[in-house]
Amino acid sequence: MTLSSPYVLKETSVTWVMTQVCLALLPGIAVYTWVIGPAILIQLALASLAALAGEAAMLKIRGKPLNLFLTDGSALLTGWLIALTFPPLSPWWLIVVGTLFAIVVAKQLYGGLGQNPFNPAMIAFAASIVSFPALMSQWPSQDMHLGLVEHLRIVFGLSPHLDSLTAATPLDALKTGLKLGEEAGASVAGLLANAQTFGHVGGRGWEWITLAYLIGGLWLCLRRIITWHVPASFLAAVVVLSGALWLYDPREFANPLFHLFSGGVMLGAFFIATDPVTCASTPRGKLIFGAGCGLLAYVIRVFGGYPDGVAFAVLFLNICAPLISLLTQPPVFGAKGRN
Amino acid sequence: MFQLFKFNGGVKPPGNKAQSVGQPSATAPLPARLVVPLHQNIGGTPRPVVKAGDRVLKGQLIGEADGWISAAVHAPTSGMVRDIGAYVQPHPSGLSAVSVVIEPDGREEWIERQPVDYRNLPTDAVQTAIRQAGIVGLGGAAFPTHGKTTPAKGVPMEELIINGGECEPYITCDDILMREQGEGIVRGTAIIRDLMQPKKVLIGIEDNKPEAIAAMRAAVAACGENFDVVAVPALYPAGSAKQLTRMLTGKEVPVGKRSTDIGTQCFNVGTVYAVWRALALGEPLIDRMITVTGNVEHPRNWRAPIGMPIADLLALGGPKADTDGVILGGPMMGFVAPDLTVSTVKATNCLIARSRTLFPPAPPEMPCIRCGECARACPQDLQPFEMYWFSRARNFGKTQEYHIFDCIECGCCSFVCPSRIPLVQYFRFAKSEIWAREGDKKAANSAKERFEYKKAREEREKAEKAEKLAKAAAAQAAKKAAEAAATGDSLPVTTPTADDAEAAKKAAIAAAMERAKAQRAAVQPRNTDALNADQQHAIDAVEARRLQAGLETPAADNENPSS
Ligand code: SF4
Ligand code: SF4
Repeated sequence: MTLSSPYVLKETSVTWVMTQVCLALLPGIAVYTWVIGPAILIQLALASLAALAGEAAMLKIRGKPLNLFLTDGSALLTGWLIALTFPPLSPWWLIVVGTLFAIVVAKQLYGGLGQNPFNPAMIAFAASIVSFPALMSQWPSQDMHLGLVEHLRIVFGLSPHLDSLTAATPLDALKTGLKLGEEAGASVAGLLANAQTFGHVGGRGWEWITLAYLIGGLWLCLRRIITWHVPASFLAAVVVLSGALWLYDPREFANPLFHLFSGGVMLGAFFIATDPVTCASTPRGKLIFGAGCGLLAYVIRVFGGYPDGVAFAVLFLNICAPLISLLTQPPVFGAKGRN
Repeated sequence: MFQLFKFNGGVKPPGNKAQSVGQPSATAPLPARLVVPLHQNIGGTPRPVVKAGDRVLKGQLIGEADGWISAAVHAPTSGMVRDIGAYVQPHPSGLSAVSVVIEPDGREEWIERQPVDYRNLPTDAVQTAIRQAGIVGLGGAAFPTHGKTTPAKGVPMEELIINGGECEPYITCDDILMREQGEGIVRGTAIIRDLMQPKKVLIGIEDNKPEAIAAMRAAVAACGENFDVVAVPALYPAGSAKQLTRMLTGKEVPVGKRSTDIGTQCFNVGTVYAVWRALALGEPLIDRMITVTGNVEHPRNWRAPIGMPIADLLALGGPKADTDGVILGGPMMGFVAPDLTVSTVKATNCLIARSRTLFPPAPPEMPCIRCGECARACPQDLQPFEMYWFSRARNFGKTQEYHIFDCIECGCCSFVCPSRIPLVQYFRFAKSEIWAREGDKKAANSAKERFEYKKAREEREKAEKAEKLAKAAAAQAAKKAAEAAATGDSLPVTTPTADDAEAAKKAAIAAAMERAKAQRAAVQPRNTDALNADQQHAIDAVEARRLQAGLETPAADNENPSS
């Protein structure tokens, strides 16, 4: 029996919250599967298994109740986010190693649920892209239409023809295209006009996946699972910065729409930067946190050495989160009358 | 249209109010004995003015208010005083306090009831009459009502607020009172209005009580008053004085100040009704409306005498077989009665029979995921998860930096927490720890002061004694020398001079100081063993209090930052 009031509690639980976030990812996953192929489902399965196995092993070692924490859904969500950010045709061990690293090192070694200062999924991404840069940039080409069996063969290393099937991501293509075309006078507009790679706004096919993430994310906001602050300021920061530079020199810089709908911006704004554990905790803090993520992601993406900057931006802001929270404490009730 | 303001946060727990308002209130039959505690109010403990064996009349004074902030206690019925002694109180601590036990004689013989001509009496006379009638805040705070009726100096009284919010689930005693005694409430309100002279009078009622709102509007019209009966959105804790004031006036009572400092004051509907009965009918506060609900066959409101054992009150509702306890107050802020022998007090507004089905045990506690739900639900705009973190780490200074003493323990944060952390329990623990430490510090300080004072006095006395002795010795020597001189003895003698007396005094003082130093050294712990024992003792005391605060259940994890 509860010893002290309140004696009634709202129907909610960590499992419920995590399940809602996973549900909100389903539209994105569905479109992903439709556009890219079933490989993502294989990766999701691998990541889920690795996440749960890693979590179970660590809980066991740390002497924590297994059924309570394994069912909280947090490890599963981390696994899913890793699967959605890794290249879908990467070899099976890459995602397994990445996920285990996220769960064992970035989460459990810091004390498990609620104690990790960094977003585990982003740690996995950052660690992998630093360790295996080649593998982490092999994205499937849009023109291949392979079935589940082929995808299975590729992921499990049974099919050697990976190179011919992969292509640069739109972001990568843009960056390389700009670099190559510097002398030839290639412009962003010219490059983007190539619908083969860039589709309508943010990369052929990817723009639809991103749109599905946006829908899932808005649903989370409406259901108050996440607050609007982080996604709003994240996306606003990307739009403002990319918009300013685009207006300044549209030949050098892509338009805001392209930046919103390519790479990890949408997924990052709604699903990754909003991770409550590693985010700033106050409303104003969340606005700052989101804006910081957006600005940094854009800067790394456009001026940095990596094709996308969301992971590093989020990790950097994770470091700042406690300070941001501390400096943005809202006034308590009745504080206005205080002198 | 009346302009309403909002407060941040708040929750909507299921109301469960319909059950107990299905039928009108009834008067509870007299129990075999009444146990009336003397200290039912915030402030001074009333002094008993009867003794065992006395016969008392209904409404007779049995406890005299002690000090201005105190409220008299009266016999709820006529009968014999059987005992005056310590009885377990309806308080979560389960502590005992002095109570008057009355065995009713069933005759309900009143004292001579003398209405007070409050319209023609000066303010302080009316306030005294309210104090003599034993009226305290019946919304649960039990603050003596007369003590709230003086406006702050230099601040004009803007709004007098009558609180019919009653936001806690299950409780309907104010609802039924407003439906049945609207005129009494309005007339009581008018009495307070005359005392405080506010610009407006606002009666705030949650909009889930349309009958009460209609009844109050009718009563206001019938009495020819110009009070505003305002429906406020049903959002817990809208019935908390601070939040209701905010909703009705847009003003927030500054932390550490009283509501009169911003020109408002708030009284519960039951309280003003009691004021009216006391002054207009001459009936002191000896009974009140209590909701009996929860796991019972016949939920209902009872007008029950103060001091009625809750077992008797529960029996009136017909508890179902699986009832396993009683919650006093609402499910959000109430507490489980330490046992069923305790009796009701002026602050008791509701009795909820508990069962595992109605109030399932709390699911296991998970670590905080910093989701911020608690902060969004907090009507005081606090950061409960930060306070939780530091309470757990026993870093109480930090909890104070996060304004733990602004927490009204409304329970909203615990209610919404997905990790099922009993946050309020941690805050109660932290607050009691801070109080205990402050108390310890004060006690230690005064003990130390007493000791030092005593020591200083002893030393002064010793020094004086030494001085006297030295003087006497000097006088003796001088006498001898004089005698020797008189006899013509040429023996060289050391003539004691004033200097010598001074030296003796100094030596005596030095000796006394030396002794005192030795004493101090003896008193102070010199080895780490003693220090550890002390610390151990302190730690044990903390553990004991922690246990009392109900925190012994280990959390699902042991991520205690301090361990
Ligand atoms: S609601 Fe619970 S889990 Fe969420 S931040 Fe507050 S204490 Fe932590
Ligand atoms: S109990 Fe305290 S901290 Fe929790 S919601 Fe209420 S006022 Fe805020």
